Amino acid sequence: MSQDILAVAEYADGVFRKVSFEVLSQGRRMADTLGGKLVAVVLGEGVQDAANQLAAYGADNILVAEHAELKNYLTENHTRVVAEIIRKASPAFVLMGATTQGKDLGAALSARLDAPLATDCISLRFDNKSLTITRPMYGGKVLADVVMESSPGIITLRPNAFAVAAASGAGRIESWPVALDTPRTFCLGRQMEAAGRIELTEADVVVSGGRGMGGNDFSVLETLASEMGGAVGASRSAVDEGWRPVSDQVGQTGKVVSPNVYIACGISGAIQHFAGMQTSKVIVAINKDPEAPIFSKADFGIVGNLFEIVPMITEEIKKLKGN
Amino acid sequence: MDIIVLLKQVPSTESIIQIAEDGRSVKTGDVNWVINPYDEFAVEEALRIREKQGGTVTLVSVGTAKAVEAIRTALAMGADKAVLVNDPATAACDGLGIARILSTVIQTLPFDLIIAGQRAVDDENFLVGAAVAEFLNIPFMSLVIKQEISEGKIQCHRTIEGGTALVESPLPALFTTQRGLNEPRYASLPGVMKAKKKPLETRTLADLGLEAPASRVRVVAMKLPEKRKAAKIIDAATPRAKAAELVRILHEEAKAI
Ligand SMILES: Cc1cc2nc3c(=O)[nH]c(=O)nc-3n(C[C@H](O)[C@H](O)[C@H](O)COP(=O)(O)OP(=O)(O)OC[C@H]3O[C@@H](n4cnc5c(N)ncnc54)[C@H](O)[C@@H]3O)c2cc1C
Ligand SMILES: Nc1ncnc2c1ncn2[C@@H]1O[C@H](COP(=O)(O)O)[C@@H](O)[C@H]1O
Repeated sequence: MSQDILAVAEYADGVFRKVSFEVLSQGRRMADTLGGKLVAVVLGEGVQDAANQLAAYGADNILVAEHAELKNYLTENHTRVVAEIIRKASPAFVLMGATTQGKDLGAALSARLDAPLATDCISLRFDNKSLTITRPMYGGKVLADVVMESSPGIITLRPNAFAVAAASGAGRIESWPVALDTPRTFCLGRQMEAAGRIELTEADVVVSGGRGMGGNDFSVLETLASEMGGAVGASRSAVDEGWRPVSDQVGQTGKVVSPNVYIACGISGAIQHFAGMQTSKVIVAINKDPEAPIFSKADFGIVGNLFEIVPMITEEIKKLKGN
Repeated sequence: MDIIVLLKQVPSTESIIQIAEDGRSVKTGDVNWVINPYDEFAVEEALRIREKQGGTVTLVSVGTAKAVEAIRTALAMGADKAVLVNDPATAACDGLGIARILSTVIQTLPFDLIIAGQRAVDDENFLVGAAVAEFLNIPFMSLVIKQEISEGKIQCHRTIEGGTALVESPLPALFTTQRGLNEPRYASLPGVMKAKKKPLETRTLADLGLEAPASRVRVVAMKLPEKRKAAKIIDAATPRAKAAELVRILHEEAKAI
């Protein structure tokens, strides 16, 4: 085993996911602590040109695995390639983002390599070069400290939980030869929501609506979110009512988000909803009921009708930006 | 179509979780136990496939005697039979260890399809489904919101960031569930009566010829997250003034925007 860190960057539709830079930055910090190298890995088609961006986050080496069959993620193909890289590079830790892809790939790698996995981690600390990892369990009701008994340790990092830091790495690009056996699984296509939408789990600001929206017109929230450069989420009730797609649901059986600002509008604050947003830096609640449980868990609250308050917040943000 | 569902019993999502004396596990005394919600989707989907194609639905679980309740509930929903591995030595297993045990059981059963939850809402490992697929060397697809089976193949619509991907694989395969796949049925009263007579085999690790797999990940401490203080309720004369004050606080004090 080396003291190196392998960081898997995620390239999708012409850009690196934001969490990739968080992963690289955290990888740099860990490599410095252990006295090893930071090796970035990029898989996909047409990724060669983008790969050198990773040097700016401290990558010493950048392995580029180019292949048409790696354009769309498939557990089978990605696992094969990354497992080969890990066997060769023998890193101490392998990091990736806790995205739908990273959680899937991390699990498959763990099984293939008989390697410990800690997924959706929110903080990591070294004590004399031994690593303790903190990850939420029980829907975030518990924070568990875990340690790994063997290497490589595979760790997925919750988006927005780790700081991005610029660092200059040598960024030596090497291409990794990809050989895929006859695959069993095939990606037949993808269906994407409107382009240019900010992904909920990566957004700096999330404005969510609940049953208090009273219907499928979320335009007041959409206007505020777009003014703040954020995304719109929903409670399960709003999804169950059919007002929003399942992919917008925040909570224990939905997405986990950690934005800078989470604004809950017409959401009562059920424990399962809280599980999906409690690691947000600032939580704001807007609810007409002063007794709503959300007020006992938010940082700031406004008691009032969301249809009146939210547009006014939008206007105040506009004013602030105007100055 | 012979379908296997991996089913785990977990504390309900409403349960208040407290940390046990040892500081690295949770108290289980007052917890209300349920089928892991994602596994409930798995049971429902298996039943719907069986209704269309015929076949059997077998539940496989690693748990304590308590888990029999969750298994009986799923049998009452309509599953045909179950295998429970109940052995105190499994308590120390990590996700890979549980997956090894499940795979060993599954190798003794006929199957065309395995359905698991994307994650258990207690340990939140997101691991066991992928690991069982790997150990059995069958294709794996996670986070499925819709599937179609025909002519020995399965097509799965998987959730990805900002959309879905359509993935096809031959059977046998394993997929994991995502909310949106279905709405699980409730167990009917006749279902509950019938469930009492359905076969439920209990095995120990020795029965399976296994020793407790070594754990690669160890929980050394658990703590409760810092309690958030109650919100500062923004008080001002008019809604307009409240909105303005909120934006000022977010900008100047919290420096969040
Ligand atoms: C297994 C399980 C998993 C679950 N997973 C999730 C999950 O992932 N995510 C999730 O969100 N929930 C989840 N739930 C559901 C959860 O328990 C709650 O039922 C749900 O979060 C409530 O949604 P809500 O707050 O929108 O609705 P409600 O609880 O009905 O609250 C609506 C709120 O809107 C306020 N309101 C109404 N009109 C206005 C107005 N004009 N202006 C301002 N405020 C207004 C009301 O005062 C009220 O507080 C789960 C439940 C279970 C059992
Ligand atoms: N002890 C268990 N018994 C049966 N199935 C399990 C067990 N643990 C996990 N699983 C299955 O694996 C899925 C993912 O669990 P996990 O990897 O623990 O998050 C669950 O939703 C179950 O379908």
